[in-house]
Amino acid sequence: MPKIRVLIGTHKGAFIATSDAARKKWKINGPFFGGLPIYHVKGSPLNPDRIWASQTDDWFGQVVHRSDDGGATWAAVGNEFAYASKPGTHQWYDGTPHPWDFKRVWHFEPSYHDADTLYAGVEDAALFKSTDGGATWAELAGLRDHRTGSQWMPGAGGLCLHTIILDPQNPQRIVTAISAAGAFRSDDGGDTWKTITKGLKSNFLPDPESEVGHCVHHIAMHPSHPNVLFMQKHWDVMRSDDAGDTWREISGNLPSDFGFVVDVHAHDPQTIYVVPIKSDSEHYPPDGKLRVYRSKGGDEWQPLTQGLPQENCYVNVLRDAMAVDTLDECGVYFGTTGGQVYVSPDGGDNWLAIAENLPAVKSVEVQTLK
Amino acid sequence: MVRVQLPYHLRNLANVGSEVELEVAAPVTIERVLDALEAGYPMLRGTIREHASKQRRAYLRYFACQEDVSFAPTDNPLPAAVAEGREPFIVMGAIAGG
Repeated sequence: MPKIRVLIGTHKGAFIATSDAARKKWKINGPFFGGLPIYHVKGSPLNPDRIWASQTDDWFGQVVHRSDDGGATWAAVGNEFAYASKPGTHQWYDGTPHPWDFKRVWHFEPSYHDADTLYAGVEDAALFKSTDGGATWAELAGLRDHRTGSQWMPGAGGLCLHTIILDPQNPQRIVTAISAAGAFRSDDGGDTWKTITKGLKSNFLPDPESEVGHCVHHIAMHPSHPNVLFMQKHWDVMRSDDAGDTWREISGNLPSDFGFVVDVHAHDPQTIYVVPIKSDSEHYPPDGKLRVYRSKGGDEWQPLTQGLPQENCYVNVLRDAMAVDTLDECGVYFGTTGGQVYVSPDGGDNWLAIAENLPAVKSVEVQTLK
Repeated sequence: MVRVQLPYHLRNLANVGSEVELEVAAPVTIERVLDALEAGYPMLRGTIREHASKQRRAYLRYFACQEDVSFAPTDNPLPAAVAEGREPFIVMGAIAGG
């Protein structure tokens, strides 16, 4: 019988929740690295027992942990992220030049093709690659050396590269997103990059349709439809049908099109999920009601509320805190800054809490184990 | 033997107890102590001082014989009591945050 393993990164440690395919009863192990912020935990699609965790704080800096036994034991691997070229400057919040400086790993994206290869998205924004399981890291400097790099400016959370999307059919294609620079695509394995921001509109920018400066919060792609991308931007939910070359807004009837997460159903590439947040000034759900919204391709959205708190709920759902499993009836998962992790075993119709009192959840990833 | 005391989280990371004992060739300096520490416990690289610059991380301090030596040149000899293992070299985390 398949087993589900949920990898949870929180503000004070990592947790691993497991269940059988019913997804009703859960066992939670942890905290791992208790007391320390864990930005992301993700496993290899080729070897699910190989899992990486990003520990990062102001005291001890970046530590990368790796488990080769499904999270039972962990060992520190390489944590040296040295920019490949002369760091140079990006824009600071006040528009002045600011030196590039590594701070932390926001996101790991393991390869579909090699269990020793994975990518790391870091702050200050850059993309690193390891081909030895995380022992050593090399920057794919073509991204940061993009002609717009000196114009990139941090969002409130820092200048972070938080989204890395790999195409399982085409190892040469990589999509990344950076707050608040925008979105980028490489079609040559990360050597060269183009902005993919045409159609994005951000009213806080002097030029709302600028090539860079958009605060992209997250991008999702179904692995069988690599040209279809869904984006939750600072404001606006967007869709691209040409791998990001052009975008159109699909916010439709959402109560707010501000938010952080977006994800795609495992078996229906047109079914997508977001969690609307009231505004960029009030990071909690509209009306104190925690509602996931589901849509077939965008524009028309259906609120999903069964089992979720519908009063006095003032949590946030951060950009890497939603995931899906691949069981026949797709499970949808998300975690909140209030420490709840929810699962819907039926594609969003009904929700139950896996955990209710964890530290603030930063990331949720799901493994469907055979 | 030089005795080194580490903050709680670094003890966990290195899987060591309250103190680490290290062979450090004379003259015993901060730099040599940390070099020996990182050689014996490579998982600590980058957590006390930056990889390339070797600069102390801002939220950590070094103490020897009740003195804050964080801002002393790292190639200065440490007190004889530390070099001879009568007193520990202490890496301390800032009391900050919530």
